[in-house]
Amino acid sequence: MTTQEWKFTAKDIALKPDMFLPGHRACAGCGPATVLRLVMKATRGPTIVTEATGCMEVASSIYPYTSWAVPWLHTAFETAAANASGIEAALKILKKKGKVKQDHVDVIAFAGDGGTYDIGIQALSGAVERGHDFLFVLYDNEGYMNTGIQRSGGTPLGAATTTTPAGTVTPGKLQHKKPITDIMIAHDMEYVATASPYYWKDLLQKVRKGLEVEGPAFLHIFAPCPRGWRSDPAKTIEYAKLAVESCVFPLYEVVKGKYELSTPSKLIALAPQKKKPVMEYLKGQGRYRHLFTPQNKHILDEIQHWTDERWAKLQKKAEQAV
Amino acid sequence: MTKTKMAKAAKVDVKQETMAMNGDEAVAYAVKQSDVDVVAAYPITPQTIIVEKYSEYVANGEVPTEFVCTESEHSAMAACISAGATGARTFTASASAGLALMHEMLFVASGCRVPVVMAVANRALSAPLNINGDQSDSMAERDSGWIHLYAENAQEAYDTILQAFRIAEHVDVQLPVIVGLDGFIVSHSLENVNTLPDRDVKAFVGERVLISVVTHEGKLAPFKLDPDSPMTMGPIAFPNYYFEFKRQQEEAMNNALKVIQQVHDEYAKVSGRSYGNALIDPYRLNDAEIAVVSVGSTSGTAKVVVDELRSEGIKAGMMRLRTFRPFPADEVRNALKHVKAIAVMDKSMSFGGNGGAVFHEVRHAMYEATARPIIVNYIYGLGGRDTGIKDIKKIFNDLHIISHNNRPGNSVNYVGLRE
Amino acid sequence: MSREKTWKEIALAGVCSKSSTSFMTGDWKTYQPVRDLEKCTKCLMCVLYCPEGAIKWLPDLGKIEIDHNFCKGCGVCANECPTKAIKMEIPESAEGE
Repeated sequence: MTTQEWKFTAKDIALKPDMFLPGHRACAGCGPATVLRLVMKATRGPTIVTEATGCMEVASSIYPYTSWAVPWLHTAFETAAANASGIEAALKILKKKGKVKQDHVDVIAFAGDGGTYDIGIQALSGAVERGHDFLFVLYDNEGYMNTGIQRSGGTPLGAATTTTPAGTVTPGKLQHKKPITDIMIAHDMEYVATASPYYWKDLLQKVRKGLEVEGPAFLHIFAPCPRGWRSDPAKTIEYAKLAVESCVFPLYEVVKGKYELSTPSKLIALAPQKKKPVMEYLKGQGRYRHLFTPQNKHILDEIQHWTDERWAKLQKKAEQAV
Repeated sequence: MTKTKMAKAAKVDVKQETMAMNGDEAVAYAVKQSDVDVVAAYPITPQTIIVEKYSEYVANGEVPTEFVCTESEHSAMAACISAGATGARTFTASASAGLALMHEMLFVASGCRVPVVMAVANRALSAPLNINGDQSDSMAERDSGWIHLYAENAQEAYDTILQAFRIAEHVDVQLPVIVGLDGFIVSHSLENVNTLPDRDVKAFVGERVLISVVTHEGKLAPFKLDPDSPMTMGPIAFPNYYFEFKRQQEEAMNNALKVIQQVHDEYAKVSGRSYGNALIDPYRLNDAEIAVVSVGSTSGTAKVVVDELRSEGIKAGMMRLRTFRPFPADEVRNALKHVKAIAVMDKSMSFGGNGGAVFHEVRHAMYEATARPIIVNYIYGLGGRDTGIKDIKKIFNDLHIISHNNRPGNSVNYVGLRE
Repeated sequence: MSREKTWKEIALAGVCSKSSTSFMTGDWKTYQPVRDLEKCTKCLMCVLYCPEGAIKWLPDLGKIEIDHNFCKGCGVCANECPTKAIKMEIPESAEGE
């Protein structure tokens, strides 16, 4: 991986042509849409994209329209990483046979929760283990949003979804969010990172770093969904900021096993008084509304506790790396 | 080797090498010679020898192939589809539960019009678990939009794999192809296989030529993922479009009937080997009064029985169905319409369906015949139950009685089952 | 309105035939972003955060332009603008509907 940091300004990025085009059918204020737009702004040359079934796939490829200015393939829900494996293998061998013009083609696989945490995890794990050269980008909106807001392995504790409704007996999802980033870190790949669209510069740099890895790289990008979270569409990017500020979704990189906090989270580690209570992040979201009652207060406490514990663990890992 | 077991051979100039190989090895060898770009596969008995043999070729640098050991068959098919979509020639192999696991992706492969070639070492489906040969795995995929060709022996498996790439990649077809070979019976049985020299295979199979499509940028470009001419593959198509794409696939299937024959005939000129008319392979059927229809290796045994009965003066015949998809209805009808009583043998079941898949389709093809033979079904060989000369003789005896009495008796029967 | 294509006319294998830039999503919106040019510092955050890519920076003209053909009226630009230079308003023509 090159140590040269990519230098750019907001103007540079604003002028870079969009590879994820307007006219897609995502909801107004869609977090994943901004994430995909930004990720595609960080491409560095010829790129092929493959995507799992999900919101972004459906919204961007309603026949006969396509929102993709790059070659793009969708096959099924489970298969983003398997597709990337096939594309990468084909490019490799066809290049050897003199049938590929480009010196190098980056392969990016996009998937949402379903295509990463759950139905897609097998293909992802296999592709990473085999060492294919591709970047896997998880746009995490914490639920199977495209099919109607059902719970996924990435849905956090207490969140109401259509398959974990806030009922009289069970108050939303009873399990914590699967630690997908930890799982991917345990695969020992060269680069794993988390990103949030509010921190666009950090996100772009991480995409570029992931692309530069000769081998698999994994990006976990936070992508609020106003429809599924029952939140104000205008506040999508604000929630992407609050999640980081409350340490619900800390930003960090793991480069060859070494943990490093990214600046927004590092600042909180250095000045813990800047850490916001999770309540501030949760309170505007309709999916958590039922937690703000006396009988469910213990869940709010558990969310805060879990957040604090994981934040403490992460800080320790980052300290040990220095 | 008896006269009955040899496929029709003609004199050819090409010097072929006789190699001792089982069905799986013959498949692997054919793939080796075909300049396959990507092989993405997962092992499953009785296909394992294919992937193992091929791995040896890869490890010794003998093949120009990127070999991907995927973590499941579902991913194997996904990788083949995506590699094919990137312009590669792809191959995989599976059987039984592995093929079943791929089920979703088989429809995607044909829907995306990627010409993947897959060998299926036909094996029974669970439950209970069974690793032996029957055809329920590929029969269960007959609606998937893949072309289905069935080999009788290792020689034919070799020949058919080579033809499969040409059929799949043909400009009028662009559909994936399954080549079935009976699990253990063909996959693991050693035979003398006459192989063509590399040079002749190369000339016959050639390179994958991509069709052209118009992209959303208005460019006419080769049908592959290429940053020089971006295109979107595998979109969502709402009710206002989906139906038309399916009709296109059916048209390709119809075109395949002719293409399968053309490729087969061209191959026959090079190798000297032909299999009926590529779609059906009749044996002593012209004047037969009673006949058996079968798919795969049992056809060999049936031909031995036919010869025995003929020597006793009985007008017995048989027809091997080589191409199951697209189903050659016209050929089947014309070949069988004069026969008085026919037993269709099925090495698979369609539970609750009043008979097996081959039975259904043969009867369906005969519906339009003016003179309709009596047609009955014999389910046999499930889970690798051995089906020998005695069993097929029993079928012919039944046919004799049926033909004599002009009454079918039970339309669905079992042979080799302890009843 | 042109008729839909038959199976013979349609491109093979579902390869998309039109860019989504010909599908205007601008009519989705209820509220529309209105910019106060005096407050705008041209930080371009609106350009970067827009889920549609409907806001463009035109350096030769030195101005920011919102493409209302694609703007869905989500309000992200207004919410993120550091100087509150964007307000979400119901377009005049739509009032009273």
